[in-house]
Amino acid sequence: MSKQITVPFGPQHPVLPEPLHLDLVLEDEKVVDVIPTIGYVHRGLEKLVEKREFTEYVFIAERICGICSFIHSQTYVQGIEQIMGLEVPERAQYLRTIWSEYSRLHSHLLWLGLFADSMGFESVFMNAWRLREHILDDLEATTGGRVIQGVCKVGGVRRDISPEKLDEMVRGLKGMEHELQDLSKVFLHDNSIQHRLRGIGVLSKEDAYQLGAVGPSARGSGVAIDIRETGYAAFGKINFKPVVEYEGDCYARCAVRVKEMFTSIDIIEQCAKKIPDGPVDMKVTGAPDGEYFSRAEQPRGEVIHYIKGNGKKNLVRHRVRTPTFTNIPPLVTLLKGCDLADVPVIVLTIDPCIGCAER
Amino acid sequence: MTYLAKSPWIIHYDASSCNGCDIEILACLTPMYDVERFGIINTGNPKHADIFVVTGSINEANREVIQNIYNQMPDPKVVVAVGICACSGGVFRECYNIAGGIDKLIPVDVYVPGCAARPESIIDGIVTALGVLEEKRKNRVSSPMVTDHDHKAHHKHAEGGAQ
Repeated sequence: MSKQITVPFGPQHPVLPEPLHLDLVLEDEKVVDVIPTIGYVHRGLEKLVEKREFTEYVFIAERICGICSFIHSQTYVQGIEQIMGLEVPERAQYLRTIWSEYSRLHSHLLWLGLFADSMGFESVFMNAWRLREHILDDLEATTGGRVIQGVCKVGGVRRDISPEKLDEMVRGLKGMEHELQDLSKVFLHDNSIQHRLRGIGVLSKEDAYQLGAVGPSARGSGVAIDIRETGYAAFGKINFKPVVEYEGDCYARCAVRVKEMFTSIDIIEQCAKKIPDGPVDMKVTGAPDGEYFSRAEQPRGEVIHYIKGNGKKNLVRHRVRTPTFTNIPPLVTLLKGCDLADVPVIVLTIDPCIGCAER
Repeated sequence: MTYLAKSPWIIHYDASSCNGCDIEILACLTPMYDVERFGIINTGNPKHADIFVVTGSINEANREVIQNIYNQMPDPKVVVAVGICACSGGVFRECYNIAGGIDKLIPVDVYVPGCAARPESIIDGIVTALGVLEEKRKNRVSSPMVTDHDHKAHHKHAEGGAQ
């Protein structure tokens, strides 16, 4: 048996914009064991519920992560609304759906860029991020913020989108579609990308299920879990099918994300057609008394916000289970047996969001 | 400052940011904002870097990493704190694991406010840092070695400040 050596990967590593630390135990060039260490971004924001009122806390919940920001605030307020039994106006529900799909588009484009960069495909990184700016422009025009929107509140949303703007947004997305098609052709059919992704880092369906993979990591292995199908916000009134791939390798996880972008555009289009007129928020009095598990589908998978209140302005407990945290055990399984040179690519295929995972 | 004599390279570290500022820093490198026109390149190696761009605030786990990166950078070097968390702790300043802004640990030259900081303001901050860098180069300013001893003193100061 050859000698084992341990190579540290991170926390400051060129391929990761965020600090994730992995101790890779190597035998020659093969990874035989992986020991992840987290805690570099831990802030302890869940405890802030004791210092902030539940309505102010929406801003903190949104800042759990700057990429999935809108969906975090949405999940949190949905939990509060369920406890308080609020009937949120339908228009607000549709607007939330539109913005959450915009977040998914921006997150997937961001990921495609970073992923291309991890393979050394600099020009595709630039192109993906160029397209992402169109999405961010629309987000900024409708919410006021590029990455942190601050538009969700308990009982509705802060801003409305005019019908003209909605038309313009849908037309913009339609116009972007062929550029996205070009981009997806690179990821799905390019020879060198296939060479880097096909058959690398295979996660079997059983492993994905047993280890608790969520989101595209699970759907890439044939586990069809998509929390949007539970019909929160306006998803219950929209026709869509979760994208599922069956190979379980890096290529499948990448293909899921590429195809999901088109699903998102389709959902936004349907929302723009079906959105009813009416108010976008309601008056909220009192405070939450009770507990609730609020679930939503983030770009990275299922997120759960556990909220417990006792009828006072400050909540008793807020606990978040984020998709990246549950995707770390599958990641460890994926990395065992791979080549050292494939580590950055495999780490990126679970789309790690450390800001979420450590809070 | 009307022209640049050198191409400054930056190193970026996410201290305990929410990612918002980090993806805006990356957005600066892409075609829309394109800081490469100033000769700025994002490097992963502290020994290649002139400008240290930090997002997020200090916590117990990343103290040592920030010190390591700072100490390894060659002189002259400039530190840019991007985002309100790096400046003062921001919305997280009352969290139990947050010791405050980056200036509690290493000397900061430029502060870029915002939550999340916009790419325009990040570029403005980095261009301001270029001026500081040029100044330091002319005057041959050498930066202090940040040690463990320092950080304990800073830490006490931080605790005192919180009370």
